[in-house]
Amino acid sequence: MPDIRTETMTVNMGPQHPSTHGVLRLVLELDGETVRSVAPTIGYLHTGIEKTAEQKKWQQVIPLVERMDYLSAQSNSMAFCLSVEKLLGLEVPERVRWIRILLAELQRINSHLVWLGTHGMELGAVSVMLYCFRERELLLNINELIAGFRMFPSFMRVGGLREDLPRGFHDAVRAFLDRFPQKLDEYEDLLTRNRIYIDRTRGVGRISKEDAIAFSLVGPIARAAGVDYDVRKVFPYLGYDAIDFAVPTRTEGDVYARYLVRVAEMRESLKICRQVLERITPMGAWAVADPRITPPPKDRVYTEMEALIQHFLIYSQGFTVPAGEAYVPVEGPRGEHGFSITSDGTNRPWRVKSRAPSLLACQALAKMTVGGLIADLIAVIGSVDVVMGDVDR
Amino acid sequence: MSPELEIPVLTTSVEKMVQWARRSSIWPVTFGLACCAIEMMSMSCSRYDIARFGAEVFRGSPRQSDLMIVAGRLSRKMAPALRRIYDQMPEPKWVISMGACASIGGVFDNYALVQGVDQVVPVDVYVPGCPPRPESLIYGIVQLQRKIAQQKLA
Amino acid sequence: MDPTALIQALQAAVPGARLDRAPTVDLQTTLYASRDDVPALARALRDRPELRFAFLAELTAVDLYPREPRFEVVYLLVSLEHRVRLRLKVALHAGDAMVHTVSDVWPAANWLEREVWDLFGIVFDGHPDPRRLLMPEDWEGFPLRKDYPVQIRMTPRTTEALQMTAEEFRANVEKDRLSRR
Repeated sequence: MPDIRTETMTVNMGPQHPSTHGVLRLVLELDGETVRSVAPTIGYLHTGIEKTAEQKKWQQVIPLVERMDYLSAQSNSMAFCLSVEKLLGLEVPERVRWIRILLAELQRINSHLVWLGTHGMELGAVSVMLYCFRERELLLNINELIAGFRMFPSFMRVGGLREDLPRGFHDAVRAFLDRFPQKLDEYEDLLTRNRIYIDRTRGVGRISKEDAIAFSLVGPIARAAGVDYDVRKVFPYLGYDAIDFAVPTRTEGDVYARYLVRVAEMRESLKICRQVLERITPMGAWAVADPRITPPPKDRVYTEMEALIQHFLIYSQGFTVPAGEAYVPVEGPRGEHGFSITSDGTNRPWRVKSRAPSLLACQALAKMTVGGLIADLIAVIGSVDVVMGDVDR
Repeated sequence: MSPELEIPVLTTSVEKMVQWARRSSIWPVTFGLACCAIEMMSMSCSRYDIARFGAEVFRGSPRQSDLMIVAGRLSRKMAPALRRIYDQMPEPKWVISMGACASIGGVFDNYALVQGVDQVVPVDVYVPGCPPRPESLIYGIVQLQRKIAQQKLA
Repeated sequence: MDPTALIQALQAAVPGARLDRAPTVDLQTTLYASRDDVPALARALRDRPELRFAFLAELTAVDLYPREPRFEVVYLLVSLEHRVRLRLKVALHAGDAMVHTVSDVWPAANWLEREVWDLFGIVFDGHPDPRRLLMPEDWEGFPLRKDYPVQIRMTPRTTEALQMTAEEFRANVEKDRLSRR
């Protein structure tokens, strides 16, 4: 038999590719259909948010950090507020803590829905996408109710919330919580025992527990590989220790396990939401009573000179934050997330650094895909749920 | 004329027919960059359903599409890739700049971003918002359809 | 584990290392270490059973311009077994901003160190792949330094630089032609 000359083929995938979830670029080395090496190239969405944040006042940074990881906007702004409040030494009222937990958990469901929809579509289950986006619209309606904005409400502020909850908030959330479990069953009917889906995901993109820790993987990816690490349990914040919920983990570490973990997480989030909603009173404190940080109510601004001055000072100069640094980790939809902030004692941050779970997940892509087939690459990229805004910032 | 030949017929000019065909079947290329891409996806999904306006066929390849929706912030590193994709699209082609970042750089007035995609490709319709609501984008597409309806063939 | 015990354990693991404790407001105990001790400290932090900081949560830098030492490299570490967090800081002078890499201890540090090099220009000695991460490879300057302007006036490039020389291109075509014969 004559020698067949073979050589590997280098293929460039991205930055514009329908299934890279944004502008991820991969340089692949293929041997037939087998992936020999993967070299991710990032930076195609580098926005310089960290540099811009240094020019803004503390309160003005919140809209910027919401646009970093655009699928988990409320978690982002909550993490930022928690870090700043830690530096200020503020303790927010109990009601604000419950509202923040509620919004963060709704955001987690929201993010997982986008993930499930796009991941399902990439593997050929287009109807899953249409279903997921249908339920997501209900969550966006709640965002619109509280702030008039669909994706980035900027409702969390340093020191509490922007304003009190609107009328009808409880009913809207309760309606969603009542409707969603059946819909979640519907998605599971479509995928969990679907032969095609299982064949494409089980045993694909596997990563071991040791590698997951070494590559600093967090969130659902790590929990699917058996790392039992959830910031809400290990380093509780905002009073998560008073809430009853479980952290779903699997040991397989493959794409299918990640899917199961995320779906189970949505169910746990629903459980948290139900418990928390009971504790939120319709009216009550929505920010700290600190005149340096919280602006006075509008009716006082119109009638009292002192209130007007205070309002003017807060909106023109902002507040100063004591020098120092703080990092408060929170459990975002993609895992441990937080802002490492440095202050020099002025009204603008000296440095804001986001701990990006997607960046590290992106780094571990090579570990998960080398040796697999090129067709499985799509399933793996989808399953790690990279958000390029979080990777590049 | 015999009765069997009395079929319904509309007469029009070639130009009108081409305009009509072009504007009612716009195929956008999936060029999602950032946050706006999520709203672009919402626009094509259940509630907003851009299929009502004939523009739901999102294509992965620029060679099969005639509209590019630049959805999100464009970094300096990405600009050559954007231009290349635009060049790969066949004529006639149109561009919608979706959102504040794509139109003027948005809040991110810094070293990393191109301050408006019109520095890289010619833009037909600008859609404001950060990100624009799906309704705004649909309105942008309808505006583009009006524009196409007025384009002369030669 | 309380901070004093942590420092004592670390001190016992790396004798001779200078560790200064700094005040902190959050969960992380803050320690300043000297640049030369970083490789030994990193290994001890990860491997010693009483420490076990197997998880590198974050690696970043802060530019304190115009103060000297100008840069601080910050390592945020988590010990999943002992449920404790640590912030390790290394101060670097502007003229000599270099520290040994820790990517051989924590593989996750690879991209994080590339990012710090990209945005701050801090060199990581012994890094396996010292290229820019976020900015284009031919970018000049380090954007997150405080003396770098926020906005630069520069027309955006719309063409990519050729990634191979004309000779390489011709050789490739020739190779391809021969392989088809």
